[in-house]
Amino acid sequence: MTCCNVDVGEILKGYSKEKGNLMEVLHKVQDSSGENYICDECMTKIADHTGLPLNKLYGVTSFYTMFSNKKRGKYVIRMCESSPCHVLGAKNVIDSFSKELGIKVGETTQDGKFTLEYCACLGLCAVAPAVMINEDVHGNLKPEMVKDILAKYE
Amino acid sequence: MKFYRSHIILGMDTPSLLAGAKGVRDTLEKELKAKKIENEIRIVETGSLGYHGVSMIVYPEGVTYTGITASDVKELVEEHLIKGRPVRRLMAEDNSQKDICAGQQERLLDGQVRIVLKNAGSIDPENISEYIAKDGYMALGKVLAENTPKDVIDIVKDSELRGRGGAAFPTGKKWEFTYNTESCQKYVICNADEGEPGTFKDRLIMEGDPHALLEAMAICGYAIGADKGFIYVRGEYSLSIERVKKAIKDAEALNLLGKNILNSDFSFEIEVCLGGGAYVCGEETALIESIEGKRGEPRLKPPYPPVCGLFGKPTIVNNVETFANIPQIILNGGEWFKKLGVQGSAGTKVFTILGDINEKGLIEVPMGITLKEVFENIAKGTRSGKKVKFAHIGGSSGNIVPFKDFDIKLDLNTLASSDLTHGSGVILFVSEDIHINDYLKSIAKFFQHESCGKCTPCREGTFRIYQFMEKLNRNQAKKSDIAKMKDLCMVMKKASFCGLGQAAVNPFIDAMRHFEKEMMEGVKEGER
Repeated sequence: MTCCNVDVGEILKGYSKEKGNLMEVLHKVQDSSGENYICDECMTKIADHTGLPLNKLYGVTSFYTMFSNKKRGKYVIRMCESSPCHVLGAKNVIDSFSKELGIKVGETTQDGKFTLEYCACLGLCAVAPAVMINEDVHGNLKPEMVKDILAKYE
Repeated sequence: MKFYRSHIILGMDTPSLLAGAKGVRDTLEKELKAKKIENEIRIVETGSLGYHGVSMIVYPEGVTYTGITASDVKELVEEHLIKGRPVRRLMAEDNSQKDICAGQQERLLDGQVRIVLKNAGSIDPENISEYIAKDGYMALGKVLAENTPKDVIDIVKDSELRGRGGAAFPTGKKWEFTYNTESCQKYVICNADEGEPGTFKDRLIMEGDPHALLEAMAICGYAIGADKGFIYVRGEYSLSIERVKKAIKDAEALNLLGKNILNSDFSFEIEVCLGGGAYVCGEETALIESIEGKRGEPRLKPPYPPVCGLFGKPTIVNNVETFANIPQIILNGGEWFKKLGVQGSAGTKVFTILGDINEKGLIEVPMGITLKEVFENIAKGTRSGKKVKFAHIGGSSGNIVPFKDFDIKLDLNTLASSDLTHGSGVILFVSEDIHINDYLKSIAKFFQHESCGKCTPCREGTFRIYQFMEKLNRNQAKKSDIAKMKDLCMVMKKASFCGLGQAAVNPFIDAMRHFEKEMMEGVKEGER
């Protein structure tokens, strides 16, 4: 098993139970991994430092959809499929992403670049249908725009 | 102080950034430099201006431009800023017809009253001085100098402000509970885990006027005797997180947050906590669990958070919009606030209006406006030109109101008396070409995914409802399925552990009441 080589120790220096920032620590570790996940070794380190049992910590990471313990792509595409996007044609956009990348929702491309995920409302309903690719927002989407959007990511 | 002959207010919220606001700003800076007028004209970045695309207002004339691209900038600079001739083709429709000088304010006030969104779109949210210039932190200064905590609670109680997150609990009363609970440590939490599909008011408040939120939280801290606050923001809102964090830093530097605020003996600090993409964390006890670093599963109530909340201490949890009302209430008094709105529903309400309509976006209107007025006067009808079929108010867990009932007033009492809720303030207009079964399926899928799994009625119920909806969409349902679904909805409403499961069934119950015939189209041929 390989570690994702994140300097967990450094990130954990900012942790304090009173600050209520376990979630922020998890976000930071995941964002630093480059593969959008928290590996088992990092999980153990976080558990040791925080004093949380590993199973409880796993309970936390598996509860929140933004975290993953499995390797994901360099870019995670979060596609909103809530009703405001749905009524404006999100289904066709989602299908277009799936077709362009040749993967189903929940899968990662072979080159480890993109992961497709569904997510709940992103609060971007003014520009629905919308997706987020890592931190970037793309809105007012039409199926034919997908190819150009993906081309921007290297 | 430097004097500028013109100010350009440029909207830099998420949708504008998406439309290329950054490029417009960079080109604008370049053009101003090229024309050597960069010292005469100041660019101010602000939150949403309420238009589509990249928009800006040029003051003192108050001319609003919308749908600007980087290639328009040169013309704007040469024509408007140098020659003084507004570029008509880029001007927002409403002020090109009126006198040029009648600026943006008028459009916004067309049926709207802004308290919560007072500053959003007119100040630079990243510059604390601009907030202070608009009477910012004056309310905090006032309460620290003139009022006892009890006074503050009385003002808030007088205003009859009720929570804007969905449950509409009287804010002053909540604060009083915590004030009356003895404890060595108390907390203030701002619920900014905005997950209700269709809602983005809290994001725009945080992006457009973050200091109002900080000020209000400090006032709340003073009133209830807390010295620590948390803002729980959902993880996907990166711009909000960034702006709120910067605002906290700036306020601390001016001693408006931190130790001994404004040389009083009141201290208050605020932490930002990130969510992880779980809808249920909008429920206050689930949110508290999440801040404590646990799975976001709701707690058994009572005890309620005002008595026993974060780390077991008395805690106030209020929505972003609720807090954003507080500074204005303190400055103008409870009576002033009560006069806005109608009996039992004081003040204004921020709604997000969406769907198949011409004017999408965020509006702030006095309580008591009717749904029809919103649809016709503010949303300006459907964009597709089709007939509107229903409005879904309050988000996915809200109510479906068919077109024939659009005369209903959107205030808490009227809605409550018809068993409706305005929840988080979404109004989604759906036109007649969307089939009710298709629409309901997207909602069922959402709840099936977001149920936290703690209690059986919600975990199993949301899953079964999704199955029913799948069957109805494939025209494979039996007639008895609809009756079963009705029963299931009642069970979930009564037996679910928290608000998620109890409210998740609202749209289904409404749809079965108003659109039963259309739903029956999903029942197998010959069984109808």
